[in-house]
This record gives sequence, C-alpha cells and structure tokens, in this order.
Amino acid sequence: MDRLKFDEHLCTTCQTSDCLVKCQFINLDRETAHREVMKIIKGGDSSVLRDCVTCYACEEYCQWGNHPFYLITERREEKGILTASRAITNQWINMCEPQGKYKVGEIKEKALSCCFIGDLRRLARGKLFEDVRSSYILGPEFFCEVVYLHFAKPSVIRERLPKVIENINQLGIEQLICMHDECYGSFTSLAPAYGIEVNFQPIHYFEYLFEKLRDLKSEIKPLNIKAAYQRPCSSRLSPDKYPFVKEIFGLIGVEMVNRKYQGENALCCGEVLRMVAGYEVANDIQRKNVEDMVQSGAEYGVFNCPYCQMALSEKVYKKGIKPIHIIDLCKMALGEE
Amino acid sequence: MRDVYNALVEIVGEEYVSFRKEELYFYARDPGLMPAHEPDYVVAPETTEEVQKIVKLANREKIPIVPMGAGMALTGLIIPLKGGIVIDMKRMRRILEVNEKARYAIVEGGTSQGALKSYLDRNYPNLRHSIPDAPPTVTIAANVVIHGQGRLTQQYGFNSDMVSGLEVVLPTGEICKIGSCSMSPSWFSKGPTLPDLSGLFLGWLGTTGIMTKVGLKLYPKKKMRDVELFVTDREDLIPEILFRLTHTEMVEDITAWFQPKPIIFQGNHHVTLYITGDTDEELEFKRKMVWDSVKEFRDNKDGGFMWILPAMKPTFLDMPQRSVTTFADVKKGGGFEYSGPIALIEKYPVLARKLVELGTKFKVAYSGMARVIGRSHAMMFGIAFTFNRADPDMMERVRKALHEGITFAFDQGGIPWKPTAEEQKMAMERMDPNTLKLMKMIKENLDPNGIMNPGNWEVN
Ligand SMILES: Cc1cc2nc3c(=O)[nH]c(=O)nc-3n(C[C@H](O)[C@H](O)[C@H](O)COP(=O)(O)OP(=O)(O)OC[C@H]3O[C@@H](n4cnc5c(N)ncnc54)[C@H](O)[C@@H]3O)c2cc1C
Ligand code: SF4
Ligand code: SF4
Repeated sequence: MDRLKFDEHLCTTCQTSDCLVKCQFINLDRETAHREVMKIIKGGDSSVLRDCVTCYACEEYCQWGNHPFYLITERREEKGILTASRAITNQWINMCEPQGKYKVGEIKEKALSCCFIGDLRRLARGKLFEDVRSSYILGPEFFCEVVYLHFAKPSVIRERLPKVIENINQLGIEQLICMHDECYGSFTSLAPAYGIEVNFQPIHYFEYLFEKLRDLKSEIKPLNIKAAYQRPCSSRLSPDKYPFVKEIFGLIGVEMVNRKYQGENALCCGEVLRMVAGYEVANDIQRKNVEDMVQSGAEYGVFNCPYCQMALSEKVYKKGIKPIHIIDLCKMALGEE
Repeated sequence: MRDVYNALVEIVGEEYVSFRKEELYFYARDPGLMPAHEPDYVVAPETTEEVQKIVKLANREKIPIVPMGAGMALTGLIIPLKGGIVIDMKRMRRILEVNEKARYAIVEGGTSQGALKSYLDRNYPNLRHSIPDAPPTVTIAANVVIHGQGRLTQQYGFNSDMVSGLEVVLPTGEICKIGSCSMSPSWFSKGPTLPDLSGLFLGWLGTTGIMTKVGLKLYPKKKMRDVELFVTDREDLIPEILFRLTHTEMVEDITAWFQPKPIIFQGNHHVTLYITGDTDEELEFKRKMVWDSVKEFRDNKDGGFMWILPAMKPTFLDMPQRSVTTFADVKKGGGFEYSGPIALIEKYPVLARKLVELGTKFKVAYSGMARVIGRSHAMMFGIAFTFNRADPDMMERVRKALHEGITFAFDQGGIPWKPTAEEQKMAMERMDPNTLKLMKMIKENLDPNGIMNPGNWEVN
C-alpha cells in the first residue's frame, strides 16, 4: 500500500511552522515548533505525539499542502502510541468493519454518499434531493475511514479505503455527492496523500446545495435569522469548501454571525476528543464553543456534521439556541419541515 | 379429584379454577430448560383469605401447592414437580399504600414490577423502587422470595434487603405479619429491632409460606439520569475498576458485561453505570467523580469511556432494559436461561473466561453479565444462554454448559441464585451439615405436611 506523501524539504525550509504554532492545544513558539516538526519527521520522540488531541486543524494551518497531522498519526502508530484506549480503538475498528449489511439505491451516474450514517439518508429528502435521493449508498462498505486518524490507526485507512473506493467504482458511480464532510475530505485529501487513486468525482454537498438553491431561488422565503455555524474537524481537510456556508446562508436569508471560533480559528464539537484526550479537554472545548455561540447573538446553531449535532444539540438548546443541520435549514427556507 | 375442584370453585369461583388440559399445559413449564410437569389444578385467588382457604384445603388433602408470580425466574421454580395446585398470584395486584415521607409501599403478593413503577411514575414522581431487568410483568413478591436484584442493588443490596414488612400465609394456613407491621400500622421495618423473622421466607422459593403482602422500601428518584459506559479489553481489571467506581458512592446501578455479538462489543468488557441528579451541576459533578476514579486506566490506555450516541441512550436508560429480553430470544426459539451465582467480584475474570470456554465448547450463544451487589460486596454473575426450544440438541448442550458453569462457580466460592432443583441439591451437598439441619428443622416445623413447592430446598 502507498505511503504517505510528505515533503520533508518543505518543513526544513518552512519559515512559519504554522502547523504547530497555530495549534490551539499545544503551546509552542516558532523555534520549538520547528524543532518538534523535524523530530517528528525523523521519527524522534516528539512531545507532540503525546499532546496532540487530534483536532485535524494543522492540516489546514499548513499553507504548503503538506500533511502534518497525517504524519503525526503515522508516527504514533509506528511507535505504538495510542490516543484512545485499546478497547475503544478496537471497538471503532470493529464497528465500521464491512459485514455485507450495506444499502444501495437505484444507482445512477450521480449518487449520494450517506457514509455509514443513517441520519444522512433521512436528511436527503424534499425538493433539494428530488433527483438524486433514490441513487444512494450507505453502510460500512462505503465508510470514509477518516475517523481512524483520531485513533492513530492509519493502517486501517490504508487497508480499507482502497476497497471503499473500489466498491464505489464497481457501482459505476461517476459523481459522488458526499453528504458527510468527512467523506469528501477522505476522497480529496486523504486518498491523494496516500497515493490512492480516486476515479470518480467527489462533490461536496455544500456545493450541491448551493447549485440547487440557485435553481430553486424563486421558491426561497428568506429566513431572516441569525445563525452561528459549527465547523467540524473534518472541514480541516477541505477548507476550500468553507466559503460555501456564507454563500448558502446568503441565498436563504440567514445572517452568519461573527464568532471568535470560526474559520481557521474554529473549535470542533469535542466529542470524539473525549475518548481520545479525556473529558477535561472535551468539556473545555464544548463550554467555549457554546458560550461563543451565545455571545455571538445567534438564534440558531447550524451544523454540518450529524455527529457534531448529536454532541452539541442539547447543550446549545439549553442556552436558548436552536440546533439545526444546514440541510434542514435550507429546507426551512423552501417551506419544508 | 372432583371434590378438590369443587372446593376450589367454592373458594375463588368457577372462573378462577381450571384443570383444563390446555391451561395445565402452560402452567407445566417456564421459558427455561427444566422438563415440564403438569399441575392438577390452577387457581387464581384474589384475597389473602382465599389464599388461606386454599392452603388449608391443600393441608387437609395433602396436595402440593406452588405459588406462582409471572413464572419468569426461568429455573423451573414454579414447575409443580410433584403436581398439585399452582396458585397463580396475579389477581392479587393492588398497590395498597404508599407512604411518601417514609418512602415505602405496600403491595399485594401478585403485584407486578411494571405496575408499581408506572403507579409511582404517575403519582409519586420523586420515588422509585429497585426494578429488576426482567419483563415488567414479573412480580415483586416473587422477586424478593428469590433474592432478586435490581437497579438500586449497588446502593442498597439485594431487593430482598429492601423489604420493609410481610404478610404471609403460613403452610398451615395462619396469616402472619412480619416486621414492624406485626405490632404497628406502619410497615417501615421487616425485622429490626424485633427478631427478624423475614429470613424464614426470603430465599425459600415459596417453600415456607405464601406472601400476600409485601412492604417495599422506595428511594429518591432524581430528575435526571444518565449512563456512562467504560470499556476495557482486560477482564482482570474489572474487579479493581468496580472497586474504584463503588468507592465514589456517586453511582446508581453498575453492571459489567461482555458478549461476542454484535461485532461492536467483541473482545471487550463493558461497565455500564448510571448517574443521577436533580440539576446539571449534580450530574456533572458525579460524572467527573466517575471519570476521575478510573483515570489511571484511562491514562495507561487500558480502558476508556465509550461515546454513547443519543440514539443508543434510550436502550441503556430503559427500565427494565428491553435489550435483555431481546437477547433472550436471539435464537428465535423462545428459550433463555441463566444461572446467576453470587460470588466475590474478584472472581469476575475467572468466571468470564469460563463462560467463553463454555460457549466455545458447547457451541452455544452466550452472554455474561455481572451486577454489582452493594458497594462491591458481591456480584451476581449471569451465565446466560439463549436457545431454540425446538432444537433438543441445542437445549442439551445448554443444559451441560449451565451445569459445568454453576459447578465451576461453586468451586470458586460462589453460592447459587434462584437455583434449579438440581442446583439446590448441589448447593446442599456443599453446605455445613448444621446449617442443613437448621433448614430442615425450620421446614418441618413450618410445613409439617411438606406441601409447599415440594422438590425445592428439600433437605433429606
Ligand atoms: C429477560 C429476563 C431478565 C431478568 N432480569 C432479572 C434482573 O435483572 N433481576 C432479577 O432479580 N431477576 C431477573 N430475572 C429473573 C426473574 O424474572 C425475576 O427475578 C422475577 O422477579 C421473578 O418473578 P416472577 O413473578 O416471574 O417469579 P416466579 O418465577 O413466578 O416465581 C419465583 C419463585 O417465587 C415463588 N413465589 C412466587 N410468588 C410468591 C409469593 N407470593 N409468595 C411466596 N413465594 C412466591 C415461586 O414459587 C418461585 O419459587 C430476569 C428474567 C428474564 C426473563
Ligand atoms: S507541515 Fe507545513 S506548516 Fe508545518 S512545518 Fe511543514 S511546511 Fe511548515
Ligand atoms: S491535530 Fe490539532 S491538536 Fe494535533 S497537532 Fe494538529 S492542530 Fe494540534
């Protein structure tokens, strides 16, 4: 299987070491950051291998398209450094193992990937999905495997991702609308980083929504609400899709409030980090995140990832903010429930 | 024959007596493995006096009687091994009193767990009882007769420890009050500070009397309840994990369990624990105590807490937990039995390994579950098998597996819970002879005609 494509030379000459300097969980000055990056590259015993909470953000911080987080993950596995406990790690490995229990719709050239998340299939209803709803894939056979980055198990990704891609290819899918941000990241960042060929066209569902909403423009009733957007960890693998949030909000009359934790400075939902880095880290992230939403004056908390929504819904709701998935928000603007 | 039938009809009315084949068929068996044996009559009394009359009749005629709740103990305890009359208690289902401030309820001898739960939920939302994970139709009286365990057992001991008084029809027909209610209108104590006579009935599997009323302690019900699931791949750590969790005194029910399927549970041992609180602060404080108590295991990666998705939570928070019943029918033949030896928690690792060995050796579907009793004072280790009743070969393999399992548990210093007649014999063979002598004296004195659920706790 292909090895991670990582350009050491870029780091040697890198003037910023942004990957670690910008890290919200490890506090390093530029010089130390550079030293630690070099240690990681050389297979040395860097403190980062223990302290990284797996927020994925350095994948975005590195402006050179290098893959610092993937490298951390590789090194951790090489050295047998676990993030979560063995039991939890194995549980996740077992849980998503293909067992022939997948679901496939009436596949056309264009299909929806619902990953291994039943909620995504439920979301894909109404006018927005009329043309594509019946053409879908769902199940561990189509699971994007990105989550194993959290668990420092890139070997599972290397083993399973090519099979997932093969499964998609075998169905003759040419364009795959990824309903989960993470799937898109898998096919456009992770797979290329490992030299795994992707021979269909992944489409981020933001882009799909945007196009659809433009087509349905005459039917949109602007919502005239203020909303805070919750950016998930997986968005760090496809930062170029972030501007679509604003575009989509614009189309449906939603004001995207200014938050401290947004864009590059976003904080994830924290829930997977609870298993990896402990409850103190997770609680802290969630508290900051929710308080920030409250401060921003948002009426709605808008989610991209169903898991973030599960993790934070109750918490934001208790603070008077209505949690909603971005797809449901769009449906609302079209007068659908 | 006809005389007994007529006498029973006179006591309870025609509608509530039967010796029709199709009814005897059902009263001859339970969902477990014990061979069926038909009673001669089935009768369903409605009052203590009717029970008394039936008992007197049985004494006169020297006919065995078997009190029965829902018949869900699974170990053949309500199968009339020597025929006679099965007394189905389910018509005696009233909830007679709830003393809110003293936190106890008085229920009749056939009142179900589900009935008391829903009554409290509706009328006393701040009170609860220690509900077992059995189907909700099972009865409160039978559960304390067999020393059952429920959702508050980690905090307050066996469900029978929560009894606060009894009314019993003795095998010779006298109606007898046990505990504070023997001299006071209040049912707050099953014995202390009087001589504790409840021990003459609790654990005796219906061989020393029929409970017609049970006083049961109730406990505070907090507004919020949540679940955490600690997972480890090292069974040898479970005793220490349970010791630390119980040390916090912050947790409600605690169970440790393992099962090979579905795949998400494979290879791991799971500790399910519940926390409760009236406010978010209280709940989060308890959660923190729980997480901190097992920090060492988290830090060295020997275990961690699982993320229980919101969709999974109701399954865990269910009371009783329906998923237990689902497991009971995975083989789709309605067969389920578990032996539940009570043993020291330090025996969890060897018992768990033994169960896996039995599953493989006898090719049977298994699951293991240990409920913590008291602050790690002991555990009920459930050696559970599910089987298809239409497959005699599978049933035989389960029988053998259970026998080997319970023998092993005894060898490890365990004692039986709701034992089958055969397990009772095995237990008595190991008992101190003077203990046996005392049991014999008690039984012979209480039940001179040997009519009460014969075949059970029979000391020869
Ligand atoms: C899926 C499943 C899960 C279970 N989980 C649990 C659990 O979590 N905790 C637990 O404790 N048990 C559990 N059980 C076992 C059992 O169902 C319960 O203990 C239940 O409370 C037994 O009540 P019953 O009415 O079915 O008893 P029965 O089987 O009807 O009777 C049990 C014994 O009590 C005697 N008896 C019945 N009524 C009286 C009376 N009024 N006076 C004197 N003697 C009487 C009977 O003669 C018999 O010996 C479970 C069972 C199943 C099937
Ligand atoms: S990974 Fe990127 S940001 Fe980090 S040192 Fe290398 S080139 Fe610089
Ligand atoms: S993944 Fe997040 S926590 Fe880990 S080094 Fe990168 S930025 Fe820091």
